[in-house]
Amino acid sequence: MAEREPVTSQSGPLVLVVDDEPQVRRFLRAALEGNGYRVVETETGHAAITQAATRNPDIILLDLMLPDVDGFEVTRRIREWTTIPIIILSVRGRERDKVEALDLGADDYVTKPFGAPELLARVRVALRHRDRQIGGPPEASFSLGDLRVDLSTRQVSLGRRTLHLTPTEYNLLAVLIRHAGKVVTHRQLLTEAWGPAYTSQTQYLRVYMRQLRHKIEPEPTRPRFLITELGVGYRLKVE
Amino acid sequence: MVFGDGVAGGVFLITGSVPFTEVLLASPGGGGILPLPEERQNMLNRKRPDSDELLRRIEEEERRGVRGKLVIFFGASPGVGKTYGMLREAWEQKKNGRDVVVGIVETHGSPETDELLSGLEELPRCPVTHRGIEFAEFDLDLALKRRPGLLLVDELAHANVEGSRHPKRWQDVEELVDAGIDVFTTLNVQHLGSLNDVVAQVTGIEMRETVPDSIFQQAHEIRLVDLPPDELLERIGKGKVYVPEQARRAKDNFFRRGNLIALREMALRSTADRVDAQMRQYRREHGIKHSWPISDRVLVCLSWSPHSPPLIRAACRIALGLHARWFAAYVEIPSRVLSEQDRSQLLRNLRLAEELGATVATLTGENAADEIIRFAQERNVTKVVVGKPRFFSWKERLFGSFVEQITLKSGEIDVLVTGGQDGSSPPESEEASQRPWFKADRVLAYLAATGMVLVVSLVGWLLFGRSHPTAVVMLYLLGVMLIALTFAFDHKPSLTAAVLSVLAFDFFFVPPYYNFAVADLHHLTTFGVLFFVAVTVSGLTRRVRAQADTARERERWTTALYSLSRELSGTVVTESLVDIGARHIEEVFDCRVVLFTTDATGQPTLVRGVAEDNADESSQQSSIIGWVLQNGRAAGLATGTLPNARGLYLPLTGAHGRLGVLGAIPADRKRFDDSTQRRLLEAFASQVALALERTILADETRRARIDAESEEFRSALLGSVSHELRTPLAAMTGAASTLLADDERIAEPTRRELLQSISDESDRLNQLVGNLLDMSRLESGSTDTNREWHPLEDIVGSALNFMDQRLAGRQVKVQLPEELLLIRVDAVLIERALVHLLENAVEYTPADSAIEINARVGEGAVIVEVIDQGPGIPTEERDHIFDRFYRLPASRSRPGTGLGLSICRAILKAHNGRIWVESRTGGGSVFKLALPLEDVPDEIGKQGLPEVSSRNG
Repeated sequence: MAEREPVTSQSGPLVLVVDDEPQVRRFLRAALEGNGYRVVETETGHAAITQAATRNPDIILLDLMLPDVDGFEVTRRIREWTTIPIIILSVRGRERDKVEALDLGADDYVTKPFGAPELLARVRVALRHRDRQIGGPPEASFSLGDLRVDLSTRQVSLGRRTLHLTPTEYNLLAVLIRHAGKVVTHRQLLTEAWGPAYTSQTQYLRVYMRQLRHKIEPEPTRPRFLITELGVGYRLKVE
Repeated sequence: MVFGDGVAGGVFLITGSVPFTEVLLASPGGGGILPLPEERQNMLNRKRPDSDELLRRIEEEERRGVRGKLVIFFGASPGVGKTYGMLREAWEQKKNGRDVVVGIVETHGSPETDELLSGLEELPRCPVTHRGIEFAEFDLDLALKRRPGLLLVDELAHANVEGSRHPKRWQDVEELVDAGIDVFTTLNVQHLGSLNDVVAQVTGIEMRETVPDSIFQQAHEIRLVDLPPDELLERIGKGKVYVPEQARRAKDNFFRRGNLIALREMALRSTADRVDAQMRQYRREHGIKHSWPISDRVLVCLSWSPHSPPLIRAACRIALGLHARWFAAYVEIPSRVLSEQDRSQLLRNLRLAEELGATVATLTGENAADEIIRFAQERNVTKVVVGKPRFFSWKERLFGSFVEQITLKSGEIDVLVTGGQDGSSPPESEEASQRPWFKADRVLAYLAATGMVLVVSLVGWLLFGRSHPTAVVMLYLLGVMLIALTFAFDHKPSLTAAVLSVLAFDFFFVPPYYNFAVADLHHLTTFGVLFFVAVTVSGLTRRVRAQADTARERERWTTALYSLSRELSGTVVTESLVDIGARHIEEVFDCRVVLFTTDATGQPTLVRGVAEDNADESSQQSSIIGWVLQNGRAAGLATGTLPNARGLYLPLTGAHGRLGVLGAIPADRKRFDDSTQRRLLEAFASQVALALERTILADETRRARIDAESEEFRSALLGSVSHELRTPLAAMTGAASTLLADDERIAEPTRRELLQSISDESDRLNQLVGNLLDMSRLESGSTDTNREWHPLEDIVGSALNFMDQRLAGRQVKVQLPEELLLIRVDAVLIERALVHLLENAVEYTPADSAIEINARVGEGAVIVEVIDQGPGIPTEERDHIFDRFYRLPASRSRPGTGLGLSICRAILKAHNGRIWVESRTGGGSVFKLALPLEDVPDEIGKQGLPEVSSRNG
């Protein structure tokens, strides 16, 4: 994939919008073009796969319910050859669909109906992750509010206080930092922190996440950083 | 009277008029020799049809009510005038005002028939092209569409041209009859399936077009059209008969006088068989018990004797000679246990009978003769064949042999006694000595009998002189009684004890002492009385013991059955019910249970146990199950059908049909040889069937109720919601149209206000739609509760996060237990419930008032409280606020559907929890959610995942 110039309105990132509802496409086009993105639209899954290959978009917004092949299949097919960020457009109450799409390689999701600011935030996060993957060394430190994590020394501090995390807790936090701003499914977290043999141990994961939250959150019952996306996974909130 | 040696190999025929029988009849009272229990007598005497018969009759009548009537004009050969007869009858019917239509009739150019045909409505034929040739075939669809009262379809055996719906015309006719249309048709005897080969043998012409016998048997009426062969030949000679194509070539062969006579006989006999079937039906309907000697039926009585096969063959020859149907019956006596050897011989005998064409039946009863006679009367048997006994045991001499009993009770049924053996039940001595597993017991019994006499003699000797000799006699009686009580399975040890007692008494206590000689002849009377009393007492004792055993056995059954039915009544879930039933049966019968239930299409599905995995056994199992389902009778081990299977398979029959099949595969193959065990298993199976049926009915009721409720819900919803939907839509439409029309003139603040209102209202609409979806999902019970262990904190945190913007500016206090609190819930649903409560709190309480969320563990539940400081909820309203669409009078002016709290209640209900409201001291409400506290599996708290040591993140 080619290196891209910083975002400008003339040659902004190219967004492939895949949705069979014309109203949704119209709204997405308006919102995206108004913010300096270029937009390509398609209605069907097959066209989406072709367009992804020929137009080489920077990001794909993908509805799961398509008239021909469903969004899962499109995700699977696109992931066979590229890591273009994919954001799923889904509806409330279909948490399992979201998890499935994310585990198939989608990067994030927004729940319909959504506002333009929310969508644009997700798109920005996804593009930022893509850029980081493409070039540059991994960042040496991460900070979020009072929370500061030195990734080279594995030091974690909240305000002035140094936090003592167990290796497991630190690993979990590191995974979340790597995906900061994006939702991380249980399976992804378990695979990256423990390895693929432990992907079904969701119940234990919740216990560890609670411990972690108790250490890094000033008010664990009203979390500011470590958000639980019920039925899907966790998200380290960045904005 | 001798019944022709040549025919049956030395058969004695004894009829009611033979002096021998009269002599036996003259002995006091038919039932006097072996008194029948009153119940049995009643059953024998009763004239009413039994309930099974009645049911079968009703079912048959019902079926006939829906189906049309099939009348077959039946003849011996072509040319006898079947079509002519049919048309004449059709005219009769037409005159009586029936709607008669000719489906297809071939007149073959006969002028008489042609004349009859004209004037009847005829259906156009349907052209079918096959290999370039066009055939004019009977048009089934047209006939079904026309639906005449009576349809004429000639030549039942006709094979349709390829490409028609059915390959054979009789299949068309079946469809017509099934559709409720009465049909007249014609058939020649040589086309009857079962006679096909016989006809081929007689005439040398093989008929390819055959009709299954069942059609013939099930026809409403058979009209025999008969013409003597000579007249037929005369008609053929005059060219009045159309000869079918395939017969024309062999015309000379076929229409020979000998052939025609043979065919005529076959036609007459087939018709007679049919009439016989009707006769049986008439008898069933009218509960007639005694036999009507119209057509012969032969019953052979067989046993486990190796001499049975010749008897069976003899019976078969008799039956063939009489052209009679024949039966073979074995009477199983529950108190008698057969050795493995006897059992296999019995099965061989039964199989032989079956192979030779007998209908085989196993009867159960204490008295073989009674059962045989009852069976014979039920089946209208005219001749009972029994084997000639080789010898009589002393018991048979005393109480009458089987042959004598059966002769005595036979009434108007003839009893044939043939050579071979089977007339007496094999003598008990022989039978007993063949029971190897009883041998040890028997030796012990004789030793005990001898020992007992010795002990009694010793005690008597000690007493002798100090008391009257009568005391010693009593002691001996006591000894015999004890032996009889202990070894109740056999009368011989107690008999031995009686004899030994007499001898010992003589030896020790009768002068001259220590000698068997008797000085005083009076003592002989004493011996006689002692012996007689000892035998009587031992007999009575054994009977009492046997009865006690039976009673105990019964009690065990009853207890086992009771505990099964009690446990079954506790459940309405099919899975647990199947499990309970199978578990009980496995325990009581020491066997492995497989259970199949039928689905909507009647296909069996395995619901419990493991099917046979071996290919042979698996295919046998499925064929047994198919058979059991079809016939509604037991099959497999210890039955007459596929007895070499590994298990016994019983139908599970409910009031509305077959529900499934229960298979019991015992560890010990002999287990179900015992008929009492079999019957107990049947009782268990019927309990399971009953319970299964109950759950099926309960399911249906529940489904119907849910349907009704959701219908009611939907209409209530529409009423309540339409207003709520329209309000935000009106606001949005108004704002949007204003913006579109007068864009220029609207001031910037107003523009923003309008846009804001569009955004707010669409949020509201979204929320409303979400609620409606949640509600209907929860109402229909289709929420798959996706329950997993979650820290309560996660869920509360997520709910607060969701409400973040709307809670802005509010003081929110959250107090959760310090320790980890895990609950097994569908987190998404519980979060929804909390969000609804928080939304209510935000909506209905002052903007600056605080909201609290508390959680604690108490009384076997996790209790979560959402506390507000609003106006509170009046006590009398507290029960109603969780109802659908219910809204507090004070809040009815505000937007809302009254669904939020009912969704909460439905969510809690799905988790077996509950929700209620209390008032807060100092004003406000406390909404409480209680979720059942479950034991957290140990490992979840801690060790499910290994602590990661130093992987680089």
